[in-house]
Amino acid sequence: MENLPVDPTEATEEEYWELRLYVAGQTAKSVAALANLKKYCTQYLEGRYQLEVIDLLVNPQLAEGDQILAIPTLVRKVPVPIRKIIGDLSNEERVLVGLDIRPAVDKAGR
Amino acid sequence: MQKKTTASAQLISLPKAASGISGLDEITEGGLPQGRPTLICGSAGCGKTLMGIEFLVRGVLTYNEPGVLMAFEETAEELAANVASLGFDLPALQASKMLRVDHVHIERSEIEETGEYDLEGLFIRLGYAIDSIGAKRVVLDTIEALFSGFPNQAVLRSEIRRLFRWLKDKGVTTIITAERGEGSLTRQGLEEYVSDCVILLDNRVIDQITTRRLRIVKYRGSTHGTNEYPYLISEDGISVLPVTSLRLEHEVSDQIVSTGIPALDEMFGRKGFYQGSSVLLTGTAGTAKTTLAAAFAQQVCRNNGRCLYFAFEESPQQLVRNMRSVGIQLGQYIEQGTLIIEASRPTLNGLERHLVTIHKLVGEFKPTAVVIDPISNLINVGNVNEVRSMLTRLIDFLKVNNITALFTSLISGNMQMDATEEGVSSLVDTWVSVRDLEGIGERNRGLSILKSRGMSHSNQVREFIITDEGVQLLDVVVGPKGIVTGASRLARQLQEQAQNLAAQQELARKDRELERRRRVLEATIANLRTEFESVEEEFRQLNSEEQGRHETSSQDKLRASRTFMPTDPKPTDQQPNL
Repeated sequence: MENLPVDPTEATEEEYWELRLYVAGQTAKSVAALANLKKYCTQYLEGRYQLEVIDLLVNPQLAEGDQILAIPTLVRKVPVPIRKIIGDLSNEERVLVGLDIRPAVDKAGR
Repeated sequence: MQKKTTASAQLISLPKAASGISGLDEITEGGLPQGRPTLICGSAGCGKTLMGIEFLVRGVLTYNEPGVLMAFEETAEELAANVASLGFDLPALQASKMLRVDHVHIERSEIEETGEYDLEGLFIRLGYAIDSIGAKRVVLDTIEALFSGFPNQAVLRSEIRRLFRWLKDKGVTTIITAERGEGSLTRQGLEEYVSDCVILLDNRVIDQITTRRLRIVKYRGSTHGTNEYPYLISEDGISVLPVTSLRLEHEVSDQIVSTGIPALDEMFGRKGFYQGSSVLLTGTAGTAKTTLAAAFAQQVCRNNGRCLYFAFEESPQQLVRNMRSVGIQLGQYIEQGTLIIEASRPTLNGLERHLVTIHKLVGEFKPTAVVIDPISNLINVGNVNEVRSMLTRLIDFLKVNNITALFTSLISGNMQMDATEEGVSSLVDTWVSVRDLEGIGERNRGLSILKSRGMSHSNQVREFIITDEGVQLLDVVVGPKGIVTGASRLARQLQEQAQNLAAQQELARKDRELERRRRVLEATIANLRTEFESVEEEFRQLNSEEQGRHETSSQDKLRASRTFMPTDPKPTDQQPNL
């Protein structure tokens, strides 16, 4: 875990994360998801990500574009391929796997 | 029954949204429950999606109700291409803001699940789609796809429940399709419980012939037809049979149509069939059923009617040629367009498709008479019950439209009533039977009327022959053992001729005898007259002599008185000489 801040920085210097979080109003799940996501981003992707929060109650027409069904849904637009993570993002490990952000342990293991 | 309907009419009955799918609204007694979800379930290839789309399209075109199609399996382009063959132009409807197709793509591999979630996104999408065009109808095409996309069953089930509730609150009439599960109506065993109406589609192959059937499993708050109804996917979309209601309320006609054979007309009390009645013509092989049917068709056309002839055994050309040989001219009416011969093999289609073909042609051509030759061939396609139910519907349909129907039916065996026509006979109004009258070394054709509703009819079995000028019924010849036919008829006729001749000869002989007698008598009379004349002559002579003598004697007396004596001896002398 000590290597964590170092490795992603090294490995993904050229990489950039474009993330979209779809929520529907200020529900408990949405709020939790946003809080979790911000935590992971600052932890692993500091300075290399762009986060857009879309409230479908405000812009319902946007749901079709990214094929959103579940709320909350996190969409990784960049890097491709597009990945979607649904739920309140409470499971850190699965979020990192889903976003393809490899913790340093993995890197070191290879 | 009557009371009940009036009572329920006073109460506000369940509002229904007419589906516009032919036949379905009859079975559901008005349509699907308005503002509520309906489940359509069935196995692959049943037409679930098609029924959903037709519901939307008919809603737009017929009832001016915008609709939303949320497709989980196919894209809008694919769906549009699939239904284009049915004449549904989805892109045009979308362009006119009457239809919205929203393809929901769920890719399991793209989705990672962490923590709690709900399907609010789906609700928002659907809500947005509904609100953007003011939709009244919604179709969710295979909601099951969600189950493959989202692994958390508990969440999904509760969300689907919530979806149904939400759709009800929205007040949109919804169709949800689902695949059929093992031992239950749907694979998840959920949708059928939360839907207000469940329609089960079924695709069955019996004896290598596929029949699609539809059944309404449940319908909350309404009565409905409970049977399995065959349905078809035809060029015009889905049609569920019965296409007409099965009530007996049609108008009847008092007009008479000729049978095409004058002598046969005479056998009916009113000289023909009633317009709009159904006629069954049964007979064994080679009893001229087709000829009689063709004669009827010709007569209909001759009377400026329009006739639709379904030939299941012969091609139109063959039929026209064969009928020409017996003096029935069909070709001219085909050219005039008043006769259509529609020939097909019964096995070409399933029963229902035949029925739909007939319906369609009748709708287009608007005939005054329909001939189906023969209905017994349809047995090849289905079992007796199916054929009977199809014919029931067909006869009903034709009656409602006041079309005279003539069916021929081949029966097997001698006089044995086959199961087919036993089923049909109660439905038809007039039943004419033609049969072989097999005698010593020959077969003759006999025709009789078994029944004819609403008019008196002859009870005789009439022999008929087919001549170059058509069918001719022969006069009845009654022999010592009943009606005689064929050679015995000829023998009988010869015998009668001989008898007639003998009688004539006898008469002539008697005449001659009389003549002779007369002549004898006349001769006798002449004789007697001659005799009489001679007697008369004699008498006359005697008379004159007597008179002469009398005169002489009186002169003598006078002379004697004057000169008494001188010549006395002379008179005495003379006296003995007298």
